[in-house]
Amino acid sequence: MNVITTESLTKRFGSFTAVDRVSFEVRRGEIFGFLGANGAGKTTAMRVLCGLSKPTSGKVIVAGHDVAAHPERVKRRVGYMSQRFSLYEELKVWENIRLYAGVYGMRPAEIARKCDALLRELHFEEGRDKLVRSLPTGWKQKLAFSVAIFHEPEIVFLDEPTGGVDPVARRQFWELIYRTADRGVTVFVTTHYMDEAEYCDRVSIMVDGRIAALDSPRNLKERFSAGSMDEVFRKLARPT
Amino acid sequence: MKASRDTRLFGAFTLKEFRHIFRDRRTIMILLGIPIIQIVLFGFAITTEVRDVRVALLDPTPNASARRVVDRLLASDYFQLTRVARSPADIERALRRGEVEMAIVFEPSFDRQLAREGTAGVQLIADATNPNLAALFTGYATNIIAAAGQELAPATAPAIRPETRLLHNPAIKDAYSFVPGVMGLVLMLICAMMTSISIVRERESGTMEMILVSPARPFMIIAAKMIPYFILSCVNLATILLLAVYALGVPVAGSLASLVGVSLLFILVSLSVGIFVSTVARSQVAAMLVSGMALMTPTILLSGLIFPVENMPLLLRWISHLIPAKWFIIAVKKIMIEGAPLHLVTREILVLAGTGALLLLLSLKKFNDKTA
Repeated sequence: MNVITTESLTKRFGSFTAVDRVSFEVRRGEIFGFLGANGAGKTTAMRVLCGLSKPTSGKVIVAGHDVAAHPERVKRRVGYMSQRFSLYEELKVWENIRLYAGVYGMRPAEIARKCDALLRELHFEEGRDKLVRSLPTGWKQKLAFSVAIFHEPEIVFLDEPTGGVDPVARRQFWELIYRTADRGVTVFVTTHYMDEAEYCDRVSIMVDGRIAALDSPRNLKERFSAGSMDEVFRKLARPT
Repeated sequence: MKASRDTRLFGAFTLKEFRHIFRDRRTIMILLGIPIIQIVLFGFAITTEVRDVRVALLDPTPNASARRVVDRLLASDYFQLTRVARSPADIERALRRGEVEMAIVFEPSFDRQLAREGTAGVQLIADATNPNLAALFTGYATNIIAAAGQELAPATAPAIRPETRLLHNPAIKDAYSFVPGVMGLVLMLICAMMTSISIVRERESGTMEMILVSPARPFMIIAAKMIPYFILSCVNLATILLLAVYALGVPVAGSLASLVGVSLLFILVSLSVGIFVSTVARSQVAAMLVSGMALMTPTILLSGLIFPVENMPLLLRWISHLIPAKWFIIAVKKIMIEGAPLHLVTREILVLAGTGALLLLLSLKKFNDKTA
């Protein structure tokens, strides 16, 4: 079952084509790695998939709805975490959770119950009343992710979620991603770390607005006779 | 179902805005303190009223009638005699050193001249470093001397004698003109600057993006931003009016309801200005500069708060039409000081309402364009 389907997705800014006739599918419950060098068009494509930006042409179905025709239906069914872990720094942890959950129309009683459960699961009960500003980066990241999936979306989009985080926190974060995917939530993640690409079920690599390769990490390594995803990426994105 | 979901969403936003503002104690103190500081500054520090002008007197041959003229001058609060000069050089020195601001010189044998000819000369020499002030107090002095002259030599009464009555502000109090100005300034400052900064801050921190990927509609985000600053501005409005009436003694001549109504309209316009600025400015610093410099300076200079717009070159007068505060200040002056009924400020109300609606539409369009 596909949770994302794009057919010839194109996004132009004036005469510049950022995303050029891209077609791919993402299956329900998989961890989909979306790779590409800076400026390859992956952020633009992801913004279209989230309903943040309208495609210039092509068909994009996300969580069963056409993004161009019904962006608000798509928005209600997806979660998003930006590379800046965008939480309100001057608000307390639970206030952030309540705000974002409220924005998705959840009921106060439901929010309170889930909020307690979430903090317990993260072993972070004592952080409930702390200001987000005072948290270490690793916690901010975990919290931003938890907030992004709090309203139980079908898909969660993660835009370079591990930037600026130490290796231990990065590892813990990927455990969180796996747990989420096991619950049936599709994880769509962009990253610059090629070791992280190895953790994905399938990986697509964008080069100059087009998808140059899309397969499981193992198949990609085989096809490009490379020892690591890093090598695959360099062969595709920086052909010499 | 849909309505209640939207309500919850809207409630969540508004609550968050309140939390944001009121958690920052220092900012809230500043925001609530600004009107008080402004009123105190304008009311007691920056005053252009004439009071206790230091005067030197030169009366070469001391005369009884000259003495009476001087007594009349000193009987007012405007003048005080600080020097009795002996020679013109003495006066020149005192003026140059700034010991006195004005000198009054009687011609020799003033008494005799007056008795014989029915007319005698008095000269006023003023330090016009501050031209407005000099014009003001020499005017006062001239009036007082003329009145004294009437008493001394009634026969010489001129055929045409203008009798001046100052309506609406008989005591020529400054407060009458600056209170409407301060209202315009403070409301504009708080609404425009604070809203624009708070929206741009969300863009900088990336939280705006998080909100935009949510089902929230741009209209709601904007409205939720406006509510807390709207309420804050109402508190400021009340502060200014209370201070004006009870501390400065400026009466509300017209209807209080009309005054408040026009003020609320202006608050909405200022909020729209802030939102519009936020769609143009890319950083918090830019937002502050745009609303601080590009907005405040013309508001102070071109709204008639300090300098009368009527005396400006045509180009500046045209530019001043673009300043929303100008229209608000005109309306407030009419209602508060002149006691005019609401229908006499229809033009100002229409201009303000039009500006607000236009800015809001432009902002919404820009907001939507960003997601296209």
